[in-house]
Amino acid sequence: MKLQKATQFALLAVLELARDPAEQHSVAEIAERYGISANHLAKVLRDLGRAGLVEAVRGAGGGYRFCGNAKRTSLYDVINLFGDTMEGEADIPAPAGATDIGAALGRVLAEVDEIAVATLKSISLATLIKSMNWAPAATSR
Amino acid sequence: MKNTHNLQKVNPHTVIIRNARVIDMDAVAAIDAAITETPKPEYWPRAYHRYATRQGRYFLVAEVDGSVVGFILGEERAWEFGSPPCGWIFAIGVAPETREGGVGTRLFEAICQAMRDAGMTTVRTMLARDDGLNMAFFRSQGMMGGTFIELEMPLDREAGR
Repeated sequence: MKLQKATQFALLAVLELARDPAEQHSVAEIAERYGISANHLAKVLRDLGRAGLVEAVRGAGGGYRFCGNAKRTSLYDVINLFGDTMEGEADIPAPAGATDIGAALGRVLAEVDEIAVATLKSISLATLIKSMNWAPAATSR
Repeated sequence: MKNTHNLQKVNPHTVIIRNARVIDMDAVAAIDAAITETPKPEYWPRAYHRYATRQGRYFLVAEVDGSVVGFILGEERAWEFGSPPCGWIFAIGVAPETREGGVGTRLFEAICQAMRDAGMTTVRTMLARDDGLNMAFFRSQGMMGGTFIELEMPLDREAGR
């Protein structure tokens, strides 16, 4: 499964902001932490703002902060905002998809996609943030 | 996850988790029927005898102010396709109006502790792929995709054909 860059950036940014909703972070700060393009991230954050997940904070020390519901927003919800739903990705295009082999292969790939979607729908932002405490301590903030 | 029920605030300190009793079965059946919309009045008394009265099986209920508001069932399973003894949870239910008060978490923690006390080191469950509510609940408790995969086929088809 490969997510578009914008979707990856959105997930990283929204999770960074959701882990402490009282704190605000600038675009530059988040971009530097994750080694991603600040320009691209700025656009992504505007999209997340329109979706009501983050809000811009004006003035000195301004930036963005999380304003959504971390328990009610799944990873899939964020992915879906950017049209990266994976639905139909497993389709084998015609004419191969209309053959018996193409159709059987398509069913297996669809099964993989369905499991991926069910997994992403079942994990809320709050659960993912909590899961950082369950993983082996090999990563740093 | 949407909830259309009127939630009653549950004080987590007033929740009592205990072994199920046969007199709880009407309440358990009512909670299950409210959730699944499939009443099973004959199933629950049988489930009581099967799971509440035998070693290695767990049938716990959550009680608030004298009323049963939730239940959880599980058992020990061993050596299924090489799996060492582990705990299985195969049912959980919380009265819709008392959700979001930590009742499910208390039930889950209690059954995990009972399994831990019995020497089990892993707990598993199996859910329908579209059961978003329970899937999100178990994920929030720390459960993740495991090392086994569930497979199935309709029995109106001959195996291997």
